[in-house]
Amino acid sequence: MLIELGHFALILALFVALVQGVVPLIGAHQRRASWMAVAEPAAYVQFLLTAFSFGVLTWAFVISDFSLSLVVQNSHTDKPMLYKVTGVWGNHEGSVLLWVLILAMFGACAAVFGKNLPATLRARVLGVQGMIGVAFLAFVLFTSNPFLRVEFAPLNGQGLNPLLQDPGLAFHPPFLYLGYVGLSMAFSFAVAALLEGRVDAAWGRWVRPWTLAAWLFLTVGIALGSWWAYYELGWGGFWFWDPVENASFMPWLISTALLHSAIVVEKREALKSWTILLAILAFGFSLMGTFIVRSGIITSVHAFANDPERGFFILIILAVFMGGALTLYAARAGAMEAKGVFAVVSRESALVLNNILLAVASFVVFIGTMWPLIAELFFGRKLSVGAPFFEAAFTPFMVALAVALPIGVLLPWKRAKMGKAMAPLWGVLALSVAGGALVWTMQTGRSNLGPVGIALAIWLIAGSAMDLWQRTGRGDLAGKFARLLRLPRADWGRVMAHGGLGITIAGIAGMMAWEVEDIRVARVGDSFEVAGYTISLNDVRREDGPNYSAIMADMTVTKDGREVAHLTPEKRSYPVQQMPTTEADIDNGLLRDIYLVIGDRQTDGGWAVRTYVKPLANWIWAGAIIMALGAVLSLTDRRYRVGAGARRRKGTTVGVPAE
Amino acid sequence: MKRLLLILCLLASPVWAVKPSEVLDDPALEARARVLSKGLRCLVCRNENIDDSNADLARELRVLVRERLVAGDSDEQVVTYLVDRYGEYVLLKPTTGGANAILWVAGPVMLVLAFGIGFTYLRRREQGAGPDQLNDDEQRRLDEILKG
Repeated sequence: MLIELGHFALILALFVALVQGVVPLIGAHQRRASWMAVAEPAAYVQFLLTAFSFGVLTWAFVISDFSLSLVVQNSHTDKPMLYKVTGVWGNHEGSVLLWVLILAMFGACAAVFGKNLPATLRARVLGVQGMIGVAFLAFVLFTSNPFLRVEFAPLNGQGLNPLLQDPGLAFHPPFLYLGYVGLSMAFSFAVAALLEGRVDAAWGRWVRPWTLAAWLFLTVGIALGSWWAYYELGWGGFWFWDPVENASFMPWLISTALLHSAIVVEKREALKSWTILLAILAFGFSLMGTFIVRSGIITSVHAFANDPERGFFILIILAVFMGGALTLYAARAGAMEAKGVFAVVSRESALVLNNILLAVASFVVFIGTMWPLIAELFFGRKLSVGAPFFEAAFTPFMVALAVALPIGVLLPWKRAKMGKAMAPLWGVLALSVAGGALVWTMQTGRSNLGPVGIALAIWLIAGSAMDLWQRTGRGDLAGKFARLLRLPRADWGRVMAHGGLGITIAGIAGMMAWEVEDIRVARVGDSFEVAGYTISLNDVRREDGPNYSAIMADMTVTKDGREVAHLTPEKRSYPVQQMPTTEADIDNGLLRDIYLVIGDRQTDGGWAVRTYVKPLANWIWAGAIIMALGAVLSLTDRRYRVGAGARRRKGTTVGVPAE
Repeated sequence: MKRLLLILCLLASPVWAVKPSEVLDDPALEARARVLSKGLRCLVCRNENIDDSNADLARELRVLVRERLVAGDSDEQVVTYLVDRYGEYVLLKPTTGGANAILWVAGPVMLVLAFGIGFTYLRRREQGAGPDQLNDDEQRRLDEILKG
């Protein structure tokens, strides 16, 4: 009965979304306040209904209700409770329901936080959000219904993919969806602005926190996914340029560009139509990502079922929303007259450069991801595009971005002098060149990736610190320190995000350039040397978990006679799925990870053992977390607090420096 | 206990990439094999190179690469040998020939285009940027006022 109520709530939510997607838009067009007022309650009701429906599905997983076909296929009574719950979105139907729930949640948040928006803009934003809701609720109900019953309930379920029984992966999808779906807010704001026919500084201020929030979740989601791949797949890779990874990376790149161009709209009332286009494209890439993952058209490790019907449905959604928005854009964007005037050397130009590099970089990822499909359809060639292509074609953009970044942040708005902006940076430049050179002399016969990466990282980190220091103005040291603490949080946020990027670059360079690998057969009692560490295989024994059995190796790592770590890598076998997984054991360190994997027993009685020493590995994810924290800081900046923008907007001109 | 372990090993056999038994004795040849492997796709996997893949086919390819290297093939000969047998699908780094040129030049061409458009835009915005700008302190003061 409860299941049917959940199902019914979802159907009701579709109708509410339909009302939310039609009535307020007509109301805004005809200036009928009462019609526009429908938007808010509709957004709340749609959220409550979807939340109820999601709650019911979760409950069905928690109590293992095997009359539900989805629960049968994806759950098992032996599964730990945490993974019963996360199993809700560990499958196609449940994850789409989560998608819809987050969409409705963003709509409700927009209704709560948007009280100060002009009435027509608010109605239009919520209306567009409602239309996206209609599309996805219809998608769930017509192609991916999670509430289908089975005729004869089995005694137990078929379990969950053991690879998914892991905290890193369990929480990776919700964060990614928060990011993907968060970009729908930027899209709704963009379409609403096109309908309004007006984009001003206030619009830039309103759209930015939503984009920032979406970007923050995308960053965390991508980092979690990459961290999971690192420790779970058994050889410590962190990024594969797999189509599904690319599907999350493209919206990240575009939303990064959007974050920066929205600043120009907010501060300088320029780049308006470009920002609108980015907002539309960012959500377009989100939808594209959904399409790639759900349709299985470009096969990938993580893709859910290959289902042409679902793929086709998403393609229709993509075509309708992108086609509609871009047509509207073509018709209206010309009216977005830019106000701000600025010189070729200025902060504005630096942000344009940022946008060019990020947009073209995501275009490269896009064409690389789609090329196997294009080549097969149009040229009859069956080929692969893998990591070597992306490393060659994508990396230069990130290098250029990193080189330009510290200079760009120091350029003043409107008109700048290169020499003046560079003045505080000469020291930073010397430091980073020296750092790179030092690294270069310390390594012998390795690639230049290490030194270049380290030099770039120092350039970014020290450059960001300099950016912060410059913000404290002139005067004595005490005054500067006092001002440092009073700087707006957005400044701290920016510096953290840029510095975090530097840390991530250092991690990627260090890991790719200086990794040491050792593969060998070891007998119990053997010791061997890897990169200065002595690894001993003390014992191999059997250990049983709740729903798996494992072979566990007992190993110690010593250096100069001192024990560094005691590690127990495992090889697990999940009897329900007949699927083995490797559980590497990692000693995390600030400067290196020691990564041990136990493999098969050899015919001579030894065990296959793999050892990796991965320098700076943790920096990759630490950098991502710092970037995300920077976004959190920026979001708490007081100028984004509810209504700050709107109140100022009542004045004649909005918060733009005088022309 | 021992028997159980053995059964378990047999049940869940190959779960892993390069195995100790495959590694060549000659470190120079092995290094070349590893470099080559990074660029070769495990045909039954999804965008995974044969070095990282656990699949049986990937193992066969790894062994094949090493056999050819031991037989004295150059790196190019090994790659040509594999492409002849499995098609260009086996290459993770697509060739630059034929239609693939589009793939390779798309990024640079787009970048040049973007720079062209960007620069034209900046030049247009520049017209009228007079000298009536605020100095740093005025600007900061203004920013403070605006940020409240």
